[in-house]
Amino acid sequence: MSRTTTFVGGGRLRLALHRLAGGEGRPLLLLHGLGERAPTDRPSWTVAWPGPVLALDFTGHGASDVPAGGGYTPENLMADVDEVLAVEGACTIVGRGLGAWVGLLVAGARPTLVQGVVLADGSGLAGGGPHPPTPYVELLDDEAGSSPDPYALQELSRDVRPPDYALDFVRFVLDGSSRPHPIVVSARNRPEWLRAVTEAVDVLQLPLRDAVAHFVR
Amino acid sequence: MPGPDETRSYPGARLPDRTYRVSSSGVGLAVNEWGDPDAPLLGLVHGGFDFSRTFDVFAPMLADAGWRVAAWDARGHGDSDHADLYSWASDVRDHLAVVEALTERPMALLGHSRGGGQLLDLLDARPTIARAFVNLDGLPSPFSAPDVPDHERRRMRRDDLTASLDRRRRRNQLQRRPDTIEGLAARRATMNPRLGRAWLEYLVTVGARRDEDGWRWKIDPVLHLGGFGPWRPQWSLDHLAALDLPFLGVLAGATDDPMGWKSRPEDVAPFLPPEGDLELLDDVGHFVHIEQPRLIADLVLDFLEPYR
Repeated sequence: MSRTTTFVGGGRLRLALHRLAGGEGRPLLLLHGLGERAPTDRPSWTVAWPGPVLALDFTGHGASDVPAGGGYTPENLMADVDEVLAVEGACTIVGRGLGAWVGLLVAGARPTLVQGVVLADGSGLAGGGPHPPTPYVELLDDEAGSSPDPYALQELSRDVRPPDYALDFVRFVLDGSSRPHPIVVSARNRPEWLRAVTEAVDVLQLPLRDAVAHFVR
Repeated sequence: MPGPDETRSYPGARLPDRTYRVSSSGVGLAVNEWGDPDAPLLGLVHGGFDFSRTFDVFAPMLADAGWRVAAWDARGHGDSDHADLYSWASDVRDHLAVVEALTERPMALLGHSRGGGQLLDLLDARPTIARAFVNLDGLPSPFSAPDVPDHERRRMRRDDLTASLDRRRRRNQLQRRPDTIEGLAARRATMNPRLGRAWLEYLVTVGARRDEDGWRWKIDPVLHLGGFGPWRPQWSLDHLAALDLPFLGVLAGATDDPMGWKSRPEDVAPFLPPEGDLELLDDVGHFVHIEQPRLIADLVLDFLEPYR
């Protein structure tokens, strides 16, 4: 099928949700990396997925609205994903880079609605690291509405990701999910937060294609 | 025009002499000024859930001593625009936008509570915008944080997360609850139990708007106290230690105030910058400049005198 796009959110900002493949059952929701946008076609590693394949453009990316004056945090993007869950119901998530971090957060916040999350390599996987980066405050000469929003690139490459914060979300997922092994790490790069997640009990490591197949069951 | 029962006066409170807006990348920020426009410039940054008109008594005291005092509302607060997104980093950047709009020369800056914490971030990154900095009870300390077991901390974080996401789903329906002036003041008193009712009622008339069904605080209903995220108090102390300018920190010592970080001098002192000084006010609550405006104004004026 060719990609179709709807907009969710109903709030101040509209979020573009793309349908890459049809089908019955629980959707697979793809979250892109920092500065990226949803793919135009279904990725080959989703071939085993029998249900719909969806892909979200985060706020300030792709066809989604760009806010005035920035204010991006991974927690704000987590709320983007929650808008999709409100419309689509339970989903399985595959997140690339920044999308992996956001995917873990939303899986912890909504453990009954996120039926498994795959953490994959991609842009923005490390964020600003485990400690605050060098102090830096800059007003950007941003063109209103340009996408990806320069403020998104600036702010979401500097957010701090302490390993113990990540582990809180792992605990929320494991405590709240009814699935066995609801977190799968496919990323080969392992910033500190992801190394901690990978070493947690009940977290699987699988190649991306196998990780998607794991959640078909 | 409001009716006679819809205005309040308060001893010493004075309307700003000038009011205008500054754009921070498209977000309009309301700025209020008191005093001689040619006097040396002093910027005031309010705390979380506050607004610049909470300086209506304190700012005129500074202005009358020969300062041009500018105070601005954070995004979503007071008369500034409600924004699409909120974050600590965007607030810090908004402060820079206002400072750059006000002057190209270093100015004196003062921040209360969260505003003081945000100025620590800004001035660590941009020390040349300021010639001196006063922080009013905005010095978080990990040593004075409540001793909460890990499982309880996780539960609190999970509850905050759920509440925040639920609120975001309803953001188009959210409205501040309307009330009378007295009713809003009584609700605010739970947050500010040490502040007098006459002051709180005055605050309603400058920080809330009169709708057909009653008064509502102007603050964006999406915003809420608390929150979540990986922020650590130690990060603020690291900024404090790195400051490269004259610094005065004021700590509130009263223990019966629900607001504030309750940092103790011995927790903060090791992180003071070389030109830093710290004052503990034993029996004053978190809103030091509202409880004791004359005392704090004199303290600030004395500290700032060499940096006019």
